[in-house]
Amino acid sequence: MKSEYDILIIGGGPGGALAAKTAAEAGLSACIVEKRPAIGVPVRCAEGIGEDLIGEFFDEVDPKWISAKIERAKLIAPDGSSFYLDPAMAGNEVGYVLDRKFFDRDLIWQAVDAGAECYVRTRAVDAIVEDGVVKGAIIEYAGKQQEVRAKIVIAADGVESKFSRYCGIDTTVPLRELETCAQYLMTDIDIEPGVTVFYVGRDVAPEGYIWIFPKGERSANVGIGISGTQSKDGKRAKDYLDKYVQENFPEGKTIELIIGGVSVCQPLECTVGDGLIIVGDAARLSDPITGGGIYNAMYTGKLAAEVAVECIGKEDCSKKALMIYDETWRGSRMGKALDRNYQIKEIFVKLEDKQLNAILNSVNNLAMKEFSTLSLIKELIKLNPKILKDLAGVKKYFD
Amino acid sequence: MIVIRREICGYCGACVSVCPEAALELVDAYLEVDAEKCKNCRICVRVCPLGALEVSDEE
Ligand SMILES: Cc1cc2nc3c(=O)[nH]c(=O)nc-3n(C[C@H](O)[C@H](O)[C@H](O)COP(=O)(O)OP(=O)(O)OC[C@H]3O[C@@H](n4cnc5c(N)ncnc54)[C@H](O)[C@@H]3O)c2cc1C
Ligand code: SF4
Ligand code: SF4
Repeated sequence: MKSEYDILIIGGGPGGALAAKTAAEAGLSACIVEKRPAIGVPVRCAEGIGEDLIGEFFDEVDPKWISAKIERAKLIAPDGSSFYLDPAMAGNEVGYVLDRKFFDRDLIWQAVDAGAECYVRTRAVDAIVEDGVVKGAIIEYAGKQQEVRAKIVIAADGVESKFSRYCGIDTTVPLRELETCAQYLMTDIDIEPGVTVFYVGRDVAPEGYIWIFPKGERSANVGIGISGTQSKDGKRAKDYLDKYVQENFPEGKTIELIIGGVSVCQPLECTVGDGLIIVGDAARLSDPITGGGIYNAMYTGKLAAEVAVECIGKEDCSKKALMIYDETWRGSRMGKALDRNYQIKEIFVKLEDKQLNAILNSVNNLAMKEFSTLSLIKELIKLNPKILKDLAGVKKYFD
Repeated sequence: MIVIRREICGYCGACVSVCPEAALELVDAYLEVDAEKCKNCRICVRVCPLGALEVSDEE
Protein backbone atom coordinates (compact mmCIF):
# COMPACT_ATOMS: atom_id res chain seq x y z
CA MET A 1 0.00 0.00 0.00
CA LYS A 2 1.27 3.46 -0.86
CA SER A 3 1.20 6.28 1.64
CA GLU A 4 -0.74 8.57 -0.67
CA TYR A 5 -3.57 8.33 -3.22
CA ASP A 6 -5.86 10.74 -4.97
CA ILE A 7 -8.87 8.97 -3.48
CA LEU A 8 -9.04 6.59 -0.53
CA ILE A 9 -12.21 4.53 -0.21
CA ILE A 10 -13.25 2.99 3.10
CA GLY A 11 -15.33 -0.15 2.52
CA GLY A 12 -15.59 -2.60 -0.38
CA GLY A 13 -19.39 -2.92 -0.72
CA PRO A 14 -21.28 -1.80 -3.85
CA GLY A 15 -20.83 1.88 -2.94
CA GLY A 16 -17.06 1.63 -2.50
CA ALA A 17 -16.65 -0.52 -5.59
CA LEU A 18 -18.47 1.88 -7.91
CA ALA A 19 -16.55 4.82 -6.46
CA ALA A 20 -13.19 3.11 -7.02
CA LYS A 21 -14.06 1.98 -10.53
CA THR A 22 -15.27 5.43 -11.56
CA ALA A 23 -12.21 7.16 -10.10
CA ALA A 24 -9.76 4.71 -11.68
CA GLU A 25 -11.42 4.98 -15.09
CA ALA A 26 -10.93 8.73 -14.89
CA GLY A 27 -7.21 8.13 -14.42
CA LEU A 28 -6.93 8.91 -10.72
CA SER A 29 -5.14 6.74 -8.18
CA ALA A 30 -7.75 5.07 -6.01
CA CYS A 31 -7.43 2.63 -3.15
CA ILE A 32 -10.13 0.59 -1.41
CA VAL A 33 -9.62 -0.76 2.10
CA GLU A 34 -11.99 -3.51 3.20
CA LYS A 35 -11.76 -4.91 6.69
CA ARG A 36 -13.22 -8.30 5.87
CA PRO A 37 -10.99 -11.02 4.47
CA ALA A 38 -13.34 -11.56 1.52
CA ILE A 39 -15.57 -9.21 -0.46
CA GLY A 40 -19.31 -9.79 -0.18
CA VAL A 41 -19.27 -12.28 2.70
CA PRO A 42 -20.92 -12.75 5.05
CA VAL A 43 -23.93 -11.52 3.08
CA ARG A 44 -26.02 -8.92 4.92
CA CYS A 45 -28.82 -8.66 2.43
CA ALA A 46 -32.01 -10.13 0.93
CA GLU A 47 -30.46 -9.40 -2.48
CA GLY A 48 -33.49 -7.97 -4.28
CA ILE A 49 -33.04 -5.23 -6.91
CA GLY A 50 -35.23 -3.70 -9.61
CA GLU A 51 -34.42 -4.59 -13.19
CA ASP A 52 -34.33 -0.96 -14.32
CA LEU A 53 -32.05 -0.01 -11.43
CA ILE A 54 -29.30 -2.51 -12.08
CA GLY A 55 -29.55 -1.80 -15.82
CA GLU A 56 -28.38 1.76 -15.17
CA PHE A 57 -24.83 0.59 -14.46
CA PHE A 58 -24.25 -2.31 -16.82
CA ASP A 59 -24.94 -2.94 -20.50
CA GLU A 60 -25.21 -6.57 -19.64
CA VAL A 61 -26.13 -8.29 -16.42
CA ASP A 62 -23.82 -11.25 -15.85
CA PRO A 63 -25.94 -14.42 -15.40
CA LYS A 64 -23.84 -15.52 -12.44
CA TRP A 65 -24.95 -12.45 -10.47
CA ILE A 66 -28.55 -13.59 -10.69
CA SER A 67 -30.09 -16.23 -8.45
CA ALA A 68 -33.65 -15.69 -9.65
CA LYS A 69 -35.68 -13.50 -11.97
CA ILE A 70 -38.73 -11.88 -10.46
CA GLU A 71 -41.95 -11.44 -12.43
CA ARG A 72 -44.43 -10.38 -9.78
CA ALA A 73 -44.84 -9.62 -6.11
CA LYS A 74 -47.39 -10.76 -3.54
CA LEU A 75 -48.49 -8.78 -0.52
CA ILE A 76 -50.06 -10.51 2.47
CA ALA A 77 -52.17 -8.51 4.91
CA PRO A 78 -52.26 -9.15 8.68
CA ASP A 79 -55.54 -11.11 8.27
CA GLY A 80 -53.89 -13.42 5.74
CA SER A 81 -55.64 -12.09 2.66
CA SER A 82 -53.35 -11.34 -0.24
CA PHE A 83 -53.02 -9.86 -3.69
CA TYR A 84 -50.49 -9.86 -6.50
CA LEU A 85 -48.70 -6.96 -8.10
CA ASP A 86 -48.02 -7.56 -11.75
CA PRO A 87 -46.21 -5.51 -14.34
CA ALA A 88 -48.66 -4.04 -16.82
CA MET A 89 -46.97 -5.94 -19.60
CA ALA A 90 -47.10 -9.64 -18.85
CA GLY A 91 -43.89 -11.60 -19.25
CA ASN A 92 -41.64 -8.73 -18.24
CA GLU A 93 -39.06 -9.24 -15.55
CA VAL A 94 -39.36 -6.62 -12.89
CA GLY A 95 -36.35 -7.50 -10.83
CA TYR A 96 -33.71 -9.90 -9.72
CA VAL A 97 -32.64 -11.66 -6.61
CA LEU A 98 -28.88 -11.36 -6.81
CA ASP A 99 -26.15 -13.59 -5.56
CA ARG A 100 -24.19 -10.92 -3.76
CA LYS A 101 -21.27 -13.19 -3.06
CA PHE A 102 -20.57 -13.06 -6.80
CA PHE A 103 -21.99 -9.63 -7.47
CA ASP A 104 -20.04 -7.67 -4.85
CA ARG A 105 -16.85 -9.50 -5.72
CA ASP A 106 -17.24 -8.79 -9.43
CA LEU A 107 -17.81 -5.10 -8.75
CA ILE A 108 -14.47 -4.97 -6.93
CA TRP A 109 -12.93 -7.02 -9.70
CA GLN A 110 -14.08 -4.41 -12.23
CA ALA A 111 -12.64 -1.65 -10.06
CA VAL A 112 -9.21 -3.25 -9.83
CA ASP A 113 -9.29 -4.08 -13.55
CA ALA A 114 -9.83 -0.37 -14.12
CA GLY A 115 -6.66 0.33 -12.12
CA ALA A 116 -7.82 0.75 -8.53
CA GLU A 117 -5.97 -0.93 -5.67
CA CYS A 118 -7.80 -3.04 -3.12
CA TYR A 119 -6.64 -4.32 0.25
CA VAL A 120 -8.69 -6.81 2.25
CA ARG A 121 -8.50 -7.64 5.95
CA THR A 122 -7.41 -4.01 6.13
CA ARG A 123 -9.27 -1.63 8.36
CA ALA A 124 -9.52 2.12 8.80
CA VAL A 125 -9.12 2.66 12.54
CA ASP A 126 -9.10 6.45 12.57
CA ALA A 127 -9.24 9.51 10.36
CA ILE A 128 -6.41 11.93 9.76
CA VAL A 129 -7.98 15.34 10.31
CA GLU A 130 -5.89 18.51 10.14
CA ASP A 131 -7.45 21.93 10.80
CA GLY A 132 -10.87 20.35 10.32
CA VAL A 133 -9.92 18.93 6.92
CA VAL A 134 -9.96 15.16 6.32
CA LYS A 135 -6.55 14.21 4.93
CA GLY A 136 -6.67 10.43 4.98
CA ALA A 137 -6.94 7.53 7.38
CA ILE A 138 -4.95 5.42 9.78
CA ILE A 139 -5.02 1.96 8.23
CA GLU A 140 -4.41 -1.23 10.14
CA TYR A 141 -3.13 -4.19 8.20
CA ALA A 142 -1.60 -7.41 9.55
CA GLY A 143 -1.21 -5.93 13.00
CA LYS A 144 0.55 -2.77 11.80
CA GLN A 145 -0.80 0.73 11.48
CA GLN A 146 0.14 3.19 8.78
CA GLU A 147 -0.95 6.62 7.61
CA VAL A 148 -2.57 6.75 4.20
CA ARG A 149 -3.17 10.24 2.87
CA ALA A 150 -5.61 11.22 0.13
CA LYS A 151 -6.99 14.33 -1.50
CA ILE A 152 -10.48 12.97 -0.85
CA VAL A 153 -11.68 10.12 1.36
CA ILE A 154 -14.93 8.40 0.37
CA ALA A 155 -16.63 6.79 3.37
CA ALA A 156 -18.47 3.72 2.02
CA ASP A 157 -18.33 1.77 5.26
CA GLY A 158 -21.94 0.67 5.36
CA VAL A 159 -24.41 0.56 8.21
CA GLU A 160 -21.76 0.87 10.94
CA SER A 161 -20.61 4.18 9.47
CA LYS A 162 -17.73 4.68 11.88
CA PHE A 163 -15.37 6.55 9.57
CA SER A 164 -17.57 9.65 9.48
CA ARG A 165 -17.67 9.48 13.27
CA TYR A 166 -13.89 9.49 13.38
CA CYS A 167 -14.22 12.72 11.36
CA GLY A 168 -16.60 14.21 13.93
CA ILE A 169 -19.92 13.59 12.15
CA ASP A 170 -22.64 11.92 14.23
CA THR A 171 -24.11 9.03 12.20
CA THR A 172 -26.09 7.40 15.04
CA VAL A 173 -29.32 5.80 13.81
CA PRO A 174 -32.28 6.30 16.18
CA LEU A 175 -33.22 2.92 17.71
CA ARG A 176 -36.73 3.05 16.29
CA GLU A 177 -35.35 3.65 12.80
CA LEU A 178 -32.96 0.75 12.71
CA GLU A 179 -34.62 -2.35 11.32
CA THR A 180 -33.03 -5.32 13.00
CA CYS A 181 -33.04 -8.27 10.62
CA ALA A 182 -32.62 -12.03 10.51
CA GLN A 183 -32.80 -14.20 7.43
CA TYR A 184 -32.35 -17.85 6.50
CA LEU A 185 -31.30 -19.06 3.13
CA MET A 186 -33.66 -22.01 2.93
CA THR A 187 -33.93 -24.85 0.53
CA ASP A 188 -36.42 -27.62 -0.12
CA ILE A 189 -39.37 -25.32 0.44
CA ASP A 190 -42.57 -24.81 -1.56
CA ILE A 191 -42.47 -21.36 -3.08
CA GLU A 192 -43.54 -19.57 -6.22
CA PRO A 193 -40.15 -19.17 -7.93
CA GLY A 194 -40.82 -15.90 -9.79
CA VAL A 195 -42.63 -14.16 -6.95
CA THR A 196 -41.33 -12.05 -4.08
CA VAL A 197 -43.63 -12.28 -1.07
CA PHE A 198 -44.13 -9.64 1.64
CA TYR A 199 -46.06 -10.10 4.91
CA VAL A 200 -47.00 -7.10 7.00
CA GLY A 201 -48.65 -6.80 10.41
CA ARG A 202 -47.86 -6.24 14.06
CA ASP A 203 -48.02 -9.92 14.97
CA VAL A 204 -45.76 -11.20 12.22
CA ALA A 205 -43.31 -8.31 11.97
CA PRO A 206 -43.94 -5.21 14.11
CA GLU A 207 -42.99 -2.06 12.19
CA GLY A 208 -41.32 -4.10 9.50
CA TYR A 209 -42.08 -7.02 7.25
CA ILE A 210 -41.32 -10.65 6.47
CA TRP A 211 -39.97 -11.39 3.02
CA ILE A 212 -39.54 -14.42 0.80
CA PHE A 213 -37.10 -13.69 -2.02
CA PRO A 214 -36.68 -16.73 -4.28
CA LYS A 215 -33.16 -17.98 -4.94
CA GLY A 216 -34.20 -20.90 -7.13
CA GLU A 217 -37.07 -23.30 -7.79
CA ARG A 218 -37.27 -24.50 -4.19
CA SER A 219 -35.01 -22.15 -2.28
CA ALA A 220 -35.32 -18.59 -1.01
CA ASN A 221 -34.08 -15.90 1.32
CA VAL A 222 -36.70 -16.00 4.07
CA GLY A 223 -36.20 -13.07 6.38
CA ILE A 224 -37.63 -10.42 8.63
CA GLY A 225 -36.91 -6.89 9.76
CA ILE A 226 -38.51 -5.26 12.78
CA SER A 227 -38.02 -1.87 14.36
CA GLY A 228 -35.31 -1.65 17.03
CA THR A 229 -37.86 -0.43 19.56
CA GLN A 230 -39.94 -3.60 19.00
CA SER A 231 -36.95 -5.83 19.63
CA LYS A 232 -36.61 -7.38 23.08
CA ASP A 233 -35.77 -10.65 24.77
CA GLY A 234 -37.93 -13.42 23.33
CA LYS A 235 -39.17 -11.03 20.63
CA ARG A 236 -36.09 -10.42 18.59
CA ALA A 237 -35.90 -10.63 14.80
CA LYS A 238 -34.65 -14.20 14.98
CA ASP A 239 -37.49 -15.23 17.34
CA TYR A 240 -40.10 -13.93 14.91
CA LEU A 241 -38.33 -15.61 12.02
CA ASP A 242 -38.12 -18.97 13.79
CA LYS A 243 -41.82 -18.81 14.57
CA TYR A 244 -42.70 -18.00 10.96
CA VAL A 245 -40.46 -20.73 9.57
CA GLN A 246 -41.79 -23.35 11.98
CA GLU A 247 -45.33 -22.56 10.96
CA ASN A 248 -44.74 -22.24 7.23
CA PHE A 249 -41.70 -24.28 6.24
CA PRO A 250 -41.29 -26.88 9.00
CA GLU A 251 -39.61 -29.29 6.58
CA GLY A 252 -37.34 -26.69 4.99
CA LYS A 253 -33.58 -26.83 5.36
CA THR A 254 -31.57 -23.84 6.45
CA ILE A 255 -28.16 -23.49 4.86
CA GLU A 256 -27.25 -19.97 5.94
CA LEU A 257 -28.10 -17.53 8.75
CA ILE A 258 -27.90 -13.89 7.77
CA ILE A 259 -28.32 -11.05 10.21
CA GLY A 260 -27.92 -7.32 9.97
CA GLY A 261 -29.30 -3.85 10.44
CA VAL A 262 -30.89 -1.50 7.90
CA SER A 263 -31.49 2.15 8.63
CA VAL A 264 -34.89 3.59 7.71
CA CYS A 265 -34.16 7.09 9.01
CA GLN A 266 -33.65 10.24 7.04
CA PRO A 267 -30.30 10.65 5.30
CA LEU A 268 -27.47 12.43 7.14
CA GLU A 269 -28.09 16.16 7.24
CA CYS A 270 -24.99 16.71 5.14
CA THR A 271 -23.06 14.02 3.28
CA VAL A 272 -19.82 15.88 2.65
CA GLY A 273 -17.06 17.49 4.68
CA ASP A 274 -13.74 19.10 3.84
CA GLY A 275 -11.97 16.28 2.00
CA LEU A 276 -14.76 13.81 2.74
CA ILE A 277 -17.72 12.31 0.85
CA ILE A 278 -20.11 9.81 2.47
CA VAL A 279 -21.99 7.29 0.30
CA GLY A 280 -24.52 4.46 0.52
CA ASP A 281 -25.58 3.01 3.86
CA ALA A 282 -22.91 5.05 5.63
CA ALA A 283 -24.87 8.18 4.61
CA ARG A 284 -28.13 6.48 5.71
CA LEU A 285 -29.45 6.21 2.18
CA SER A 286 -31.38 2.95 2.26
CA ASP A 287 -35.04 3.22 1.38
CA PRO A 288 -37.22 3.91 4.45
CA ILE A 289 -40.05 1.69 3.19
CA THR A 290 -38.28 -1.28 1.63
CA GLY A 291 -34.85 -1.08 3.27
CA GLY A 292 -33.31 -1.48 -0.19
CA GLY A 293 -29.92 0.16 -0.54
CA ILE A 294 -27.86 -1.64 -3.18
CA TYR A 295 -28.80 0.75 -5.96
CA ASN A 296 -28.53 3.80 -3.73
CA ALA A 297 -25.01 2.80 -2.72
CA MET A 298 -23.93 2.23 -6.32
CA TYR A 299 -25.50 5.46 -7.53
CA THR A 300 -23.94 7.60 -4.80
CA GLY A 301 -20.60 5.77 -5.02
CA LYS A 302 -20.36 6.57 -8.70
CA LEU A 303 -21.54 10.14 -8.23
CA ALA A 304 -19.09 10.71 -5.37
CA ALA A 305 -16.17 9.68 -7.56
CA GLU A 306 -17.36 11.86 -10.45
CA VAL A 307 -17.51 14.86 -8.14
CA ALA A 308 -14.16 13.94 -6.59
CA VAL A 309 -12.51 13.76 -10.02
CA GLU A 310 -13.88 17.16 -10.90
CA CYS A 311 -12.82 18.78 -7.61
CA ILE A 312 -9.35 17.23 -7.61
CA GLY A 313 -8.95 18.57 -11.17
CA LYS A 314 -9.78 22.04 -9.90
CA GLU A 315 -7.59 21.57 -6.83
CA ASP A 316 -10.46 22.43 -4.51
CA CYS A 317 -11.62 19.59 -2.25
CA SER A 318 -13.33 21.80 0.31
CA LYS A 319 -16.75 20.99 1.70
CA LYS A 320 -18.13 23.86 -0.33
CA ALA A 321 -16.77 22.43 -3.56
CA LEU A 322 -17.95 18.91 -2.71
CA MET A 323 -21.48 20.13 -1.85
CA ILE A 324 -22.47 19.56 -5.46
CA TYR A 325 -22.48 15.83 -4.60
CA ASP A 326 -24.95 16.37 -1.77
CA GLU A 327 -27.15 18.63 -3.88
CA THR A 328 -27.12 16.31 -6.89
CA TRP A 329 -28.27 13.15 -5.13
CA ARG A 330 -30.90 15.03 -3.13
CA GLY A 331 -32.35 16.39 -6.35
CA SER A 332 -32.15 13.04 -8.12
CA ARG A 333 -34.96 10.54 -8.52
CA MET A 334 -33.39 8.55 -5.68
CA GLY A 335 -33.20 11.58 -3.38
CA LYS A 336 -36.80 12.51 -4.00
CA ALA A 337 -37.94 8.92 -3.46
CA LEU A 338 -36.08 8.78 -0.14
CA ASP A 339 -37.75 11.96 1.02
CA ARG A 340 -41.23 10.89 -0.03
CA ASN A 341 -40.89 7.31 1.20
CA TYR A 342 -39.72 8.54 4.58
CA GLN A 343 -42.91 10.56 5.02
CA ILE A 344 -45.03 7.61 3.91
CA LYS A 345 -43.20 5.20 6.18
CA GLU A 346 -43.84 7.46 9.16
CA ILE A 347 -47.58 7.11 8.51
CA PHE A 348 -47.60 3.40 7.73
CA VAL A 349 -45.63 2.31 10.81
CA LYS A 350 -48.34 3.84 12.99
CA LEU A 351 -51.24 1.98 11.38
CA GLU A 352 -53.03 -0.68 13.39
CA ASP A 353 -53.51 -4.10 11.82
CA LYS A 354 -57.22 -3.33 11.47
CA GLN A 355 -56.43 -0.31 9.33
CA LEU A 356 -53.85 -2.20 7.31
CA ASN A 357 -56.35 -4.97 6.64
CA ALA A 358 -58.92 -2.49 5.44
CA ILE A 359 -56.44 -0.81 3.13
CA LEU A 360 -54.97 -3.98 1.69
CA ASN A 361 -58.34 -5.71 1.35
CA SER A 362 -59.50 -2.89 -0.90
CA VAL A 363 -57.04 -4.02 -3.53
CA ASN A 364 -57.54 -6.74 -6.08
CA ASN A 365 -54.58 -7.86 -8.09
CA LEU A 366 -52.89 -4.84 -9.56
CA ALA A 367 -51.30 -4.44 -12.95
CA MET A 368 -48.78 -1.66 -12.56
CA LYS A 369 -47.25 0.38 -15.36
CA GLU A 370 -44.27 1.20 -13.24
CA PHE A 371 -43.28 -1.45 -10.75
CA SER A 372 -42.43 0.53 -7.67
CA THR A 373 -43.55 1.26 -4.14
CA LEU A 374 -44.63 4.68 -5.42
CA SER A 375 -47.12 3.24 -7.92
CA LEU A 376 -48.42 0.87 -5.27
CA ILE A 377 -48.94 3.69 -2.76
CA LYS A 378 -50.66 5.77 -5.45
CA GLU A 379 -53.09 2.91 -6.07
CA LEU A 380 -53.72 2.48 -2.36
CA ILE A 381 -54.51 6.17 -2.00
CA LYS A 382 -56.87 6.09 -4.94
CA LEU A 383 -58.76 3.21 -3.33
CA ASN A 384 -58.69 4.55 0.23
CA PRO A 385 -59.09 8.29 0.15
CA LYS A 386 -60.61 8.29 3.66
CA ILE A 387 -58.41 5.93 5.59
CA LEU A 388 -55.34 7.53 4.19
CA LYS A 389 -56.36 11.08 4.94
CA ASP A 390 -53.22 11.18 7.05
CA LEU A 391 -51.35 11.02 3.82
CA ALA A 392 -52.64 14.48 2.96
CA GLY A 393 -49.32 15.80 4.19
CA VAL A 394 -47.49 13.87 1.54
CA LYS A 395 -49.91 14.63 -1.25
CA LYS A 396 -47.46 17.10 -2.70
CA TYR A 397 -45.13 14.23 -3.54
CA PHE A 398 -47.68 12.69 -5.86
CA ASP A 399 -48.50 15.63 -8.06
CA MET B 1 -20.88 -2.96 31.72
CA ILE B 2 -21.81 -4.41 28.36
CA VAL B 3 -20.91 -8.06 27.97
CA ILE B 4 -20.56 -9.47 24.48
CA ARG B 5 -21.49 -13.10 24.17
CA ARG B 6 -19.18 -14.08 21.36
CA GLU B 7 -20.77 -17.50 21.01
CA ILE B 8 -24.03 -15.78 20.00
CA CYS B 9 -22.85 -12.64 18.19
CA GLY B 10 -22.91 -12.86 14.40
CA TYR B 11 -20.80 -9.67 13.93
CA CYS B 12 -23.42 -7.86 11.85
CA GLY B 13 -22.80 -4.31 13.08
CA ALA B 14 -26.44 -3.43 13.81
CA CYS B 15 -25.51 -2.45 17.37
CA VAL B 16 -22.62 -0.29 16.16
CA SER B 17 -24.97 1.90 14.12
CA VAL B 18 -27.27 2.76 17.04
CA CYS B 19 -24.71 3.33 19.80
CA PRO B 20 -24.92 7.03 20.63
CA GLU B 21 -21.46 7.03 22.24
CA ALA B 22 -19.55 5.33 19.41
CA ALA B 23 -18.44 2.85 22.04
CA LEU B 24 -18.76 -0.24 19.83
CA GLU B 25 -16.35 -1.28 17.13
CA LEU B 26 -16.63 -4.24 14.83
CA VAL B 27 -13.19 -5.62 14.05
CA ASP B 28 -14.23 -7.84 11.15
CA ALA B 29 -15.38 -10.96 12.98
CA TYR B 30 -15.52 -9.74 16.53
CA LEU B 31 -17.11 -6.87 18.37
CA GLU B 32 -15.39 -4.70 20.97
CA VAL B 33 -16.83 -2.32 23.52
CA ASP B 34 -14.91 0.66 24.82
CA ALA B 35 -15.81 0.64 28.52
CA GLU B 36 -14.69 4.24 28.91
CA LYS B 37 -17.11 5.54 26.30
CA CYS B 38 -20.05 3.24 27.10
CA LYS B 39 -22.82 4.86 29.17
CA ASN B 40 -24.79 1.65 29.75
CA CYS B 41 -27.84 2.99 27.92
CA ARG B 42 -28.67 -0.54 26.67
CA ILE B 43 -29.75 0.58 23.22
CA CYS B 44 -27.38 -1.96 21.70
CA VAL B 45 -28.82 -4.69 23.93
CA ARG B 46 -32.27 -3.95 22.54
CA VAL B 47 -31.35 -3.90 18.88
CA CYS B 48 -29.33 -7.10 18.54
CA PRO B 49 -31.23 -9.55 16.29
CA LEU B 50 -29.74 -12.49 18.18
CA GLY B 51 -29.58 -11.26 21.77
CA ALA B 52 -25.79 -11.40 22.04
CA LEU B 53 -25.41 -8.41 24.36
CA GLU B 54 -26.04 -8.28 28.09
CA VAL B 55 -25.45 -5.80 30.86
CA SER B 56 -23.54 -7.14 33.80
CA ASP B 57 -24.40 -5.65 37.20
CA GLU B 58 -20.92 -4.91 38.45
CA GLU B 59 -19.81 -1.41 37.53
C1 LIG C 1 -31.05 -8.25 6.18
C2 LIG C 1 -30.84 -7.22 5.11
C3 LIG C 1 -31.56 -7.31 3.92
C4 LIG C 1 -31.37 -6.38 2.90
N1 LIG C 1 -32.04 -6.56 1.73
C5 LIG C 1 -31.83 -5.72 0.69
C6 LIG C 1 -32.44 -5.96 -0.57
O1 LIG C 1 -33.15 -6.94 -0.78
N2 LIG C 1 -32.20 -5.07 -1.57
C7 LIG C 1 -31.39 -3.99 -1.41
O2 LIG C 1 -31.22 -3.20 -2.36
N3 LIG C 1 -30.78 -3.75 -0.22
C8 LIG C 1 -30.97 -4.59 0.83
N4 LIG C 1 -30.33 -4.38 2.02
C9 LIG C 1 -29.46 -3.20 2.15
C10 LIG C 1 -28.12 -3.41 1.42
O3 LIG C 1 -27.50 -4.59 1.87
C11 LIG C 1 -27.21 -2.21 1.66
O4 LIG C 1 -27.94 -1.04 1.43
C12 LIG C 1 -25.97 -2.21 0.77
O5 LIG C 1 -25.14 -3.29 1.01
C13 LIG C 1 -25.20 -0.92 1.01
O6 LIG C 1 -24.01 -0.91 0.31
P1 LIG C 1 -22.78 -0.07 0.86
O7 LIG C 1 -21.71 -0.21 -0.17
O8 LIG C 1 -23.22 1.27 1.27
O9 LIG C 1 -22.35 -0.81 2.21
P2 LIG C 1 -21.96 -2.32 2.51
O10 LIG C 1 -22.39 -3.22 1.43
O11 LIG C 1 -22.43 -2.59 3.87
O12 LIG C 1 -20.37 -2.30 2.51
C14 LIG C 1 -19.63 -1.65 3.51
C15 LIG C 1 -18.30 -2.34 3.65
O13 LIG C 1 -17.43 -1.54 4.44
C16 LIG C 1 -16.64 -2.38 5.24
N5 LIG C 1 -16.13 -1.58 6.36
C17 LIG C 1 -16.85 -1.05 7.39
N6 LIG C 1 -16.06 -0.35 8.21
C18 LIG C 1 -14.79 -0.43 7.70
C19 LIG C 1 -13.52 0.08 8.13
N7 LIG C 1 -13.40 0.82 9.23
N8 LIG C 1 -12.44 -0.21 7.37
C20 LIG C 1 -12.55 -0.97 6.25
N9 LIG C 1 -13.73 -1.47 5.81
C21 LIG C 1 -14.83 -1.21 6.52
C22 LIG C 1 -17.60 -3.47 5.65
O14 LIG C 1 -16.89 -4.63 6.05
C23 LIG C 1 -18.40 -3.68 4.37
O15 LIG C 1 -17.85 -4.68 3.55
C24 LIG C 1 -30.48 -5.29 3.08
C25 LIG C 1 -29.77 -5.18 4.27
C26 LIG C 1 -29.93 -6.14 5.29
C27 LIG C 1 -29.14 -6.01 6.54
S1 SF4 D 1 -26.09 -6.58 16.81
FE1 SF4 D 1 -25.72 -8.47 17.97
S2 SF4 D 1 -25.02 -9.96 16.45
FE2 SF4 D 1 -24.84 -7.93 15.50
S3 SF4 D 1 -22.71 -7.32 15.97
FE3 SF4 D 1 -24.00 -6.46 17.57
S4 SF4 D 1 -23.93 -8.01 19.21
FE4 SF4 D 1 -23.20 -9.02 17.36
S1 SF4 E 1 -24.91 0.44 26.30
FE1 SF4 E 1 -25.28 2.30 25.06
S2 SF4 E 1 -23.32 3.39 25.12
FE2 SF4 E 1 -22.90 1.30 25.81
S3 SF4 E 1 -22.24 0.22 23.96
FE3 SF4 E 1 -24.46 -0.11 24.17
S4 SF4 E 1 -25.41 1.50 22.97
FE4 SF4 E 1 -23.27 2.10 23.30
